[in-house]
Amino acid sequence: MIQQNGKTLLEVRGLTASVNGIDILKGIDLTVRSGEVHALMGPNGSGKSTFAKALAGHPSYVVTGGTVFYDGKNLLELNPEERARAGLFLGFQYPVEIPGVANSQFLRLAYNTVQAQRGNDELDPLEFDDFVREKMKLLEMNPDFLDRSVNEGFSGGEKKRNEVLQMALLEPRLAILDETDSGLDIDALRVVAGGINQLATKDNAIVLVTHYQRLLNYIVPDYVHVMDAGRIVKTGGKELALELETRGYDWVSAEHGAAAKATA
Amino acid sequence: MSATRTFAAGYLESLLAGQPRWPASPLAWLNKLRAEAVDRVGVLTVPTIRDEEWRFTDLSPLTKLSFHPARMAVGLKAADVERFRIEEATTRLVFVDGVHAPELSSVARDGDVVVANLSAAGAAHAAAIDLHLGRHVEFRDSVFAALNTAFLHDGALVVVPRDVSAVAPVHLLFIATQKDAASYPRCLVVAESGSAVTVVEDYVALQPETYFTNTVTEIALGDSAHVDHIRVQRDSGQAFHIANCAVSLAHSSRYRSVSVALGARISRYDLNVLHTAEDADCTIDGLALIGERQLADTHTCIDHAKPHGVSRQLHKCIVGGAAHAVFNGKIIVRPDAQRTNSSQSSRNLLLTPKTHVDTKPQLEIFADDVKCAHGATVGQLDSEALFYLTSRGLSDAAARNLLTYAFGAEIIDRIPVASLKHWLEQAVLEQTTRQP
Repeated sequence: MIQQNGKTLLEVRGLTASVNGIDILKGIDLTVRSGEVHALMGPNGSGKSTFAKALAGHPSYVVTGGTVFYDGKNLLELNPEERARAGLFLGFQYPVEIPGVANSQFLRLAYNTVQAQRGNDELDPLEFDDFVREKMKLLEMNPDFLDRSVNEGFSGGEKKRNEVLQMALLEPRLAILDETDSGLDIDALRVVAGGINQLATKDNAIVLVTHYQRLLNYIVPDYVHVMDAGRIVKTGGKELALELETRGYDWVSAEHGAAAKATA
Repeated sequence: MSATRTFAAGYLESLLAGQPRWPASPLAWLNKLRAEAVDRVGVLTVPTIRDEEWRFTDLSPLTKLSFHPARMAVGLKAADVERFRIEEATTRLVFVDGVHAPELSSVARDGDVVVANLSAAGAAHAAAIDLHLGRHVEFRDSVFAALNTAFLHDGALVVVPRDVSAVAPVHLLFIATQKDAASYPRCLVVAESGSAVTVVEDYVALQPETYFTNTVTEIALGDSAHVDHIRVQRDSGQAFHIANCAVSLAHSSRYRSVSVALGARISRYDLNVLHTAEDADCTIDGLALIGERQLADTHTCIDHAKPHGVSRQLHKCIVGGAAHAVFNGKIIVRPDAQRTNSSQSSRNLLLTPKTHVDTKPQLEIFADDVKCAHGATVGQLDSEALFYLTSRGLSDAAARNLLTYAFGAEIIDRIPVASLKHWLEQAVLEQTTRQP
């Protein structure tokens, strides 16, 4: 929810980025304060996922201009693990399968790494097992997923639950969830959205990257941004998402195009 | 060429020097077998990289050194070998530099399973031995198998009688202790029809010495027999390890093996599996984890001679430092072997730019109604997986170690002996952490 005295967590100004030498982001401005939920919407190829990955520090996504400040720090100077330890979390659109690494081992390693950074005690395997099982209940996940290799053979929905489980364990200050709703049936969507809602506090913030409005029935955003061709072209409240659902994206592009022409 | 041959012949003569003093066996045919092997050594030469089967593995570092046959009786205490104990294996047969060490061995009674020293049990089990010893590994073409056979004396004999299932795994432990020694470990496993057994063939070193281990293992499975064979080569990093293993599969038998190569300056493992009857099934998996200037060469051959056979193979190499891994996987499907189903995969992980892998699937298919899948990959760690792990806070080094470990763990996980699996997991973890 929007707070009068919300602390600025993320401040993006004029961000441009390229992938394989192709410019994808063409000047993004976005401010996210603590307590807020933002929805980042837009057609395929508009640059939503590129923006998410550039914020998390993916090496293939090269920032070519602009500034990003996270919690007062220059985010672009940090490597991915430093960003994660500082409380930035990216929920992957396509979580990576890692055969041979038990999910429990991976989750504990990630948890302990971030806890150590925060000056908290690490958990041994037994302690962690109790802790993670509690968190799994939130997402109605079967504990069997602890013994399996990370994401290996998980269904689309199971992978997304595992992403939100990681969010629950790492307690990020800023979570960017990239199409966490895709691949979920309606029951799974309800459970996952419920989990995310429980993790939202007045001190953290969530950016939902999504193609469809349906997730926003469960997680009500404070701001809805529409991306097109590498820019945020329209920002509104939650009612904008409903309008997009009925009218599609074309009118936003057309409106933005006309406005751009008028100012030119 | 002629100079090489002369040199190599001299080398073999010097290796054979101790052979005439080897104790004769009371079994006439065994003495005959040894004499025949000595003759073959005289005819054969040490392979060079001009031999197709050895083109990637240059043995000149081996032939530049001289080795003497291991002397008897290095007085090891039980405490010296305690760290090699596998707790599940109630039966352990220990050989020190190839010589049977009864004081270190412990043979628990497990049904009617026979686990004994070959030279001592010869008379009691002459029938099984005569039928199989020297019959599966072809020493007439292989100079190393011939050398091993020339020195045939002590060895591990495992006989599982008809319809008997061994409860506990059998641990065959070969310990190298002497510098510049050549030892010739020998194993014979006979699983009679309907029987089942798990055998761990384990090569270890007490010290980081230079020595030469030249092994031959023969495994014969009767109808419907099941054998799990785990081979661990954890020799000294200065050692030379050359091994020949041949497996014969009868009707509906099932052979599963996991071989792990960690040690040796140069190691070579030849594994030949022959499907002699219908419906036989084999799974042969391997992992070579090497670094520095090590060379690990695995040559396998699965010969589908009869119909309805199944074979699966996953071979992995993790290569660090300036190491060199070789894999040659031959699969033969004979004209008669219709409905064969075979799959082979060779996957290789290169940790540094100085490493080298030669991998060669070799399919020779003469039947038309068969399914044969094969593939090979050589690569570095997956960059998406690295990013995934670092995006969760793991350092780049920790993420790399975890992924390297995981690559090897896929093979280690297939070992059906929990404590050995755990030991190897730790070994892989330590070695991957040490790799640059």
